[in-house]
Order: sequence, then structure tokens, then C-alpha cells
Amino acid sequence: MTSLTLVRRIKARPQVVFDAVSTAEGIAQWWGPDGGPVLLSESDPRIGGRYRVRFRMLDGTEHESSGEFLEIMRPERVVLSWRWKGGLEDPGESRIEIKLRAVPEGTELTLTHSRLHDEQTRSGHQAGWTGSLDKLEAHFAGGASA
Amino acid sequence: MVNYQERLDRTFAALVDPTRRAILAQLERKDSASISELAEPFAIKLPAVMKHLDVLDHAGLVTRSKSGRTVTVRLRPQPMREAMEWLRRYEHFWSGTLDRLAAYAESKDTDARRRGR
Repeated sequence: MTSLTLVRRIKARPQVVFDAVSTAEGIAQWWGPDGGPVLLSESDPRIGGRYRVRFRMLDGTEHESSGEFLEIMRPERVVLSWRWKGGLEDPGESRIEIKLRAVPEGTELTLTHSRLHDEQTRSGHQAGWTGSLDKLEAHFAGGASA
Repeated sequence: MVNYQERLDRTFAALVDPTRRAILAQLERKDSASISELAEPFAIKLPAVMKHLDVLDHAGLVTRSKSGRTVTVRLRPQPMREAMEWLRRYEHFWSGTLDRLAAYAESKDTDARRRGR
């Protein structure tokens, strides 16, 4: 199972962060990796509810993803299914889990984007290979011949 | 001509198996190895190792060259690089996106406190 985990400390209370990541008004304010605008934001934050978000990047390209709220527990945890529209980047469906933990300065957010690119390997295999990939990467970074 | 998505599929599918990852890790340490050297640490038979090598070869992760009766296996890093770059794109996406989320949530929380909530 290919997955990616990022941890962030945010100087805001968990319920504020939770609403920012789950409501349409919140998502419209920050979604996307650069300063480009959010063009569309829809969200029905309850189990089985759907979300859809479209943004434009500074390079002019537009991207849209959508999915379903699989789990939701304010203000601690939200799990979403995720799929890019058009599917050029990644044709499969993946999964996003956002965990929020209260810490003295505010919130520790842990985002895990999992089931990346494993449509064909989803059944039957459970090995997490991120760790070994890191090691191999270190090797290649060391200048192995191509 | 195999396209980019198919190559990624093959790479990720090849990497999902622990024995195949162990084979790659061995090759990483040794530069090159014979098939029997590769089979040595595993409690599996040579034909099973050959099958794993077929999958790795198909994904372009190893090359095999025959000299006399010995087959030499080498690591081929290009598909792995592509897979890493693909994953890194997601990492960039989330890294930038979470920066913006943090900035937004922090200003939102400051406003809420100022209003006494």
C-alpha cells in the first residue's frame, strides 16, 4: 500500500481546523498547493456525504477532485475517499485521513494519503513499502548508474 | 511503447511484494549478483526466485545478462526514480496545501478569539 504521511503543527484550536477542512466555506479559502484560486467548493460533511473541489494553479492548469466522507468525528478525525477528475494524474481512488490532536500551541494535524496507485494490488497484499523505498532512494541519490 | 501510467503500475505492483523488495535491497548492497546468490537468503526455491526476477525485469527494475552458465542481475534505477517523482508530486501538493490551511486556520482562530469566542 503506497502512502504518504505529513504532520503539521497549527496555532489554532482543533475545532477551527476541523471546520476549515470539512466545510465548503472553509475549503474554499485554502485548497490547492500554491496561491491559485479555488473555483468550486462543495461539501456535505457527514458519513456518506460528498465533496467536490476545483482549483486553478498559478501555472494556469485546473484540477478537480471529489469523493465521499467515509468517517467523520468532530473535531478529531475525518476520512475521505479521493479521486481526480479525468484521472490523468492518477486514475485510481485513494483515501485521505486527517487526524487532529490538541497540543499546547493548538493542533497537531496528521494527514495520510493512502492507497495511492494500487488499484491492481489492493486485494491480498498488505506490505507497506514506503520505508524500503526511502532506503532505495538513498541509494539512487548516491549516484547509481542508470 | 509502454506508457507512463503502465510503467508506474508495473513498478508499484513489483514493489508490493516483500521478497521482491528484499531482492532489490540485496542488489542495492552488492551492485550485481548471480541468481543463486540472490536466492540464498530466502526459504524459497530457485524457480520461485526466477519468477520474482521476471516481474522485476518486466517492470524494468533489474537487468539480467548471461555469460556462460551464469546470469548476472543488476539494479536499474530509472523506474524507481519515476515512481519516486510521482510520489513527490503528491508530497508537494500536500505540503503547499497544508501551508495554506495552517495560515487560514490560524487567522480564523485569531479572529474568533478577538470576538471573544
